[in-house]
Amino acid sequence: MIATAFSWLVFLSAALVAVVASVLMVTRRNPVHSALWLIVTFFSLGILYLSLNAQFIAVAQVIVYAGAIMMLILFVIMLIHLEKEPEQAKKVSGAKIIGSFITIILFLEIIAAVLAFQVTGRKGTFTPEVLARVGDVKAVGTALYGKYLFPFEIASILLLIGIVGAVVLSKRRKD
Amino acid sequence: MLPQIPYSFYFALSAMLFTIGAIGVITRRNAIVVFMCLELMLNGVNLAFIAAGNALNSLDGVIFVFFVMTVAAAEAAVGLAIFVMIFRLKGTVNVDQVNLLKG
Repeated sequence: MIATAFSWLVFLSAALVAVVASVLMVTRRNPVHSALWLIVTFFSLGILYLSLNAQFIAVAQVIVYAGAIMMLILFVIMLIHLEKEPEQAKKVSGAKIIGSFITIILFLEIIAAVLAFQVTGRKGTFTPEVLARVGDVKAVGTALYGKYLFPFEIASILLLIGIVGAVVLSKRRKD
Repeated sequence: MLPQIPYSFYFALSAMLFTIGAIGVITRRNAIVVFMCLELMLNGVNLAFIAAGNALNSLDGVIFVFFVMTVAAAEAAVGLAIFVMIFRLKGTVNVDQVNLLKG
């Protein structure tokens, strides 16, 4: 009884913070404010991942997304030294209205599919009890270096390509 | 073990975050804010993957999210370098003014 209430309290508060922070992120004029609200969203998503027994991904979310990617974005905002978006005319173009309307229809379709659908499929072997005994990080590490070794190595090459590309693209031409 | 919230709530929250991010991508004109809304969409999908992986007692959801995060990090580096180059060329990152290919 207390455990159920606690689960619901954690889920509802994290979900509410995530949705409110994401709406605030989309609507702010100052891009630095948007970046800060996105960091709040990432932290609340980390809490949700913890409630789903994915400890490794929760920590990786905070380290990679809220730590590295948002820092990169904030540095680029600083380099581009934008002020607030100068909204010359507050005309809301028809294309934005139609686009938002179609996106909301997509959202309703997804909700209809979610409500009409149970997660089917052959259940695997990593129940929460097994993961609590083995350790989530150990299980993920065994999978990454065992069954998914090839995609893991390709991901490292992908990151190398990203690094080299970012350095090459940012160099000032000597002309 | 804490009792599990029904998974349809997690999928509904994932759909909501994806939709908010999509509306942000369509509506905003600053390229960096568009990129941040794109990251929000990716996070919505990550939540759906983790929820499905938990529902099916599988680690495949977690592994897929690992690779989505890797790709998002590499994309952030290269994409932001492109934004810096565009700013050097045109003096703005307003997506309405990057129209050199317009006929």
